Amino acid sequence: MKIAVCVKRVPDMDARFRISADGTSLDEAGLKFDINDFDAWAVEAALQLKEKAGQGEVVVLSLGPAAAQETIRKALSMGADRGIHLAADRIPFDGFAIARALAAELKDGSYDLIFFGKMSPDSSNGIVGPIVAELLDYACVTAISGLEMADGRGTAKRELEGAQEFVEFTLPAVLTVDEGLNTARYPSLKGIMAAKKKTLESKPAQLGDTMVTIKSLAMPPDRPPGKIVGEGAAAVPELVRLLQTEAKVL
Amino acid sequence: MANIFAFAEQRAGELRKVALENVTAARALADATGGEVHVLLAGSAGIAQKAEQLGKHGADVVLVCEHDALKDYNAEAIAALAADRIKSGGYRVAVFSTSAQGRDLIPRVAAKLGVGIVTDVTDARIEGDAVNVKHPVNIGKVIATASIASTPAVIGLRPGNTTLVENTKAARVEQVQPVGDPSASRVKVKEMKQGTSAKLDIGEAPVVIAGGRGLKSADGFKLVDDLADAFGNAAVGATRAVCDDGWRPHSEQIGQTGRVVSPDLYIAVGISGAIQHLAGMRTSRTIVAINRDKEAPIFKIADYGIVGDVAEVLPALTAAVREARKSH
Ligand SMILES: Cc1cc2nc3c(=O)[nH]c(=O)nc-3n(C[C@H](O)[C@H](O)[C@H](O)COP(=O)(O)OP(=O)(O)OC[C@H]3O[C@@H](n4cnc5c(N)ncnc54)[C@H](O)[C@@H]3O)c2cc1C
Ligand SMILES: Cc1cc2nc3c(=O)[nH]c(=O)nc-3n(C[C@H](O)[C@H](O)[C@H](O)COP(=O)(O)OP(=O)(O)OC[C@H]3O[C@@H](n4cnc5c(N)ncnc54)[C@H](O)[C@@H]3O)c2cc1C
Repeated sequence: MKIAVCVKRVPDMDARFRISADGTSLDEAGLKFDINDFDAWAVEAALQLKEKAGQGEVVVLSLGPAAAQETIRKALSMGADRGIHLAADRIPFDGFAIARALAAELKDGSYDLIFFGKMSPDSSNGIVGPIVAELLDYACVTAISGLEMADGRGTAKRELEGAQEFVEFTLPAVLTVDEGLNTARYPSLKGIMAAKKKTLESKPAQLGDTMVTIKSLAMPPDRPPGKIVGEGAAAVPELVRLLQTEAKVL
Repeated sequence: MANIFAFAEQRAGELRKVALENVTAARALADATGGEVHVLLAGSAGIAQKAEQLGKHGADVVLVCEHDALKDYNAEAIAALAADRIKSGGYRVAVFSTSAQGRDLIPRVAAKLGVGIVTDVTDARIEGDAVNVKHPVNIGKVIATASIASTPAVIGLRPGNTTLVENTKAARVEQVQPVGDPSASRVKVKEMKQGTSAKLDIGEAPVVIAGGRGLKSADGFKLVDDLADAFGNAAVGATRAVCDDGWRPHSEQIGQTGRVVSPDLYIAVGISGAIQHLAGMRTSRTIVAINRDKEAPIFKIADYGIVGDVAEVLPALTAAVREARKSH
C-alpha cells in the first residue's frame, strides 16, 4: 500500500498574534511552529496501516517556506519513509491554489490513500483535502474518527452534529482526519536519528492563479468587561435577575 | 441584478436549521442587488414538501431533486448536482453552510466549478467585482476579510451566525434530475446513528450548558443535565479534558478541535477557560461562568460570574431557572 500524508506547519495558538504593517499578514516573529495536530493524527493513521499490512510506503508532503522541512522531518521521525517539500516563500490564502500544487505532485505517485488533516487552526478552511480528491478523481471521506480497511475497501466513521455516520468507500481515496481517530506517537530518539538520513526532496511548488486574497486582518472587538455577581448559591437570585432583565435570555 | 444560489441541507427527511440560515443569508444578498434566490433541495421521494418552509425564509425558486439514492447525504451525487445547477444558473454567489455536511460538500463543488471558496464565513457582501467575506482565523483571535474574485463565489456560512428572517412569498417549485447515476457513488453511507431526537444539537440550541473537569466525574454531569432540563431549550457541551476522559462523547466537545457555537446564552460550569476552549464559544451572546477559583481565565470572558462550588451553585441555579420558566 502506497500512502501519502499532507502536513502543514502551523503557529502555536497560545500566542498573541500581531498584524504586520502590510495589514494582510501576521507577524511571525516570536511565534512557535509545529505540525498541525490533525496532520500528526493523519501521519499516525498512515503508519498504523503500513505496520498492519507489514509493507508499503508512507510519503509526507508539505508546501511552504524552507521551514516546512522541519515539519516533514518530524513526520519522518515518527516513522514515515520519505518527504517531499514543495517550496514557496509566500503562499496565497487560497486553499484551492495549495490543493492544485499538491495535486500536481501527487498525481503520478499512484497512491492508494492520501491523508490530510480535517482542517488547521490558523486558516481553518479545511478545503485542501477534498479539492485534491476532485482534481485527482479519487473517492473522498472527510473528518473521519474511525477507520477500517479490508480487501481494498474501507469503512470510516464520521461525527455529525448529534449523529454518527458510517461510510464505505473504494480505493484510491483521500481521507481527512478528525480528532479521536488515534493518538499520535512521539518520535523516539532512534526515530529522530533515523529521520536525518531519510530522503527529503525539495522542488518549487506549482502555484497557479489565486482567486481568494486577504484584503485586511483585524482583531475581534473586545467583549465588554463582565462582573462577578457574587459567591456561592447566595449569588443565584441576582444572576437570574440579570439574565432576565439585563441580558434578556431567560 | 444577481441571482443567488443556496443549498438546503436535510437529514432523515427534515430540513436542518442551517438550510434556513443559508436561504435567509442568500435573500439578503439577492435583495441588495435585486436578484432572485434559487434553492437546491435533494432527498428521497416526498422531500418536495419541505419547499414551502424554504419559501417562507426567502426562496423564490426551489429546485427539487428526488431520488432513492439521495435519502442520506450522498457526497458525490450532491456535489455533481449542485455544481451543475450553479453552472447552468449563472449565479453570483452560492451559499452553503460550514456544517459537518457542508465542510464535506463545498470544496468538492468549488473544485468542480474551478472557483474561489471560503468557509466559516461570518459576513458576506457583494462589492463591485468581488465578493468580500469575513472569516475568523487563528481560532478566532484574528478576523480576516477575504476577497473572492471568481463568479460564482462559493461560501460556507458559520452555522448559528445568521438570524432567521421570515418572508411571506411562496416559492415556485421546479423538479430537477440528478447528474449521472446517484447510486454509483464510490462513497456510500451504510448507517446513520442519530442521537435521541429529543436532544437539541449544541450548534442549534439557544442555550448551551457546558461542563468541565470541575464536575469531577461522568456522574457529576447530572448537575449539568438537570440545569439543561430546567431551561428546556438547552443543549449540553463539554471541554476536551472531559471528552478525553470519556465522561462525555467527543460530539459534545466545544473548542478549537471541537464544535464552534454561538448561542444566546452559554453557561460554563467548572471550566478553566483554556484558549482552545474559548475558540469554540467566545462569540456567544451572553456568557456565564461558575468556577470555584476566582482567578480562572474563564471569568475574563464571562459577562456574569459566580465564584463557588458547582455542587452548591448548580442545584440552586437549576431550581431558580425552573421557577423563572414556570412564571412565563
Ligand atoms: C491570515 C492568514 C495569512 C496567511 N498567509 C500565509 C502566508 O503569507 N504564507 C504562508 O505560507 N501561508 C499563509 N497562510 C496559510 C494558507 O493560507 C493556508 O495554508 C491555506 O489557506 C490552507 O487552506 P485550508 O484552510 O483549506 O486548509 P487547512 O484547513 O489549513 O488544512 C487542511 C489540510 O490540508 C493540508 N494542507 C493545508 N495546507 C498545506 C500545506 N501548505 N502543505 C501541505 N498540506 C497542507 C493539511 O493536511 C491540512 O490538515 C495564511 C493563513 C492565514 C489564516
Ligand atoms: C491542540 C489543542 C487543542 C485543544 N482543543 C480543545 C478543545 O477543542 N476544547 C477544549 O475544551 N479544550 C481543548 N484543549 C484542551 C485545553 O487546553 C484544556 O486542557 C481544557 O479545555 C481544560 O478543560 P477543563 O476546563 O474541563 O479542565 P481544567 O482546566 O482542569 O479546569 C477545571 C476547572 O474547574 C474548576 N473546578 C474544580 N472543581 C470545582 C468545583 N467543585 N466547583 C467549581 N469549579 C471547580 C477549577 O477551578 C478549574 O478552573 C486543547 C488543547 C490543545 C493543546
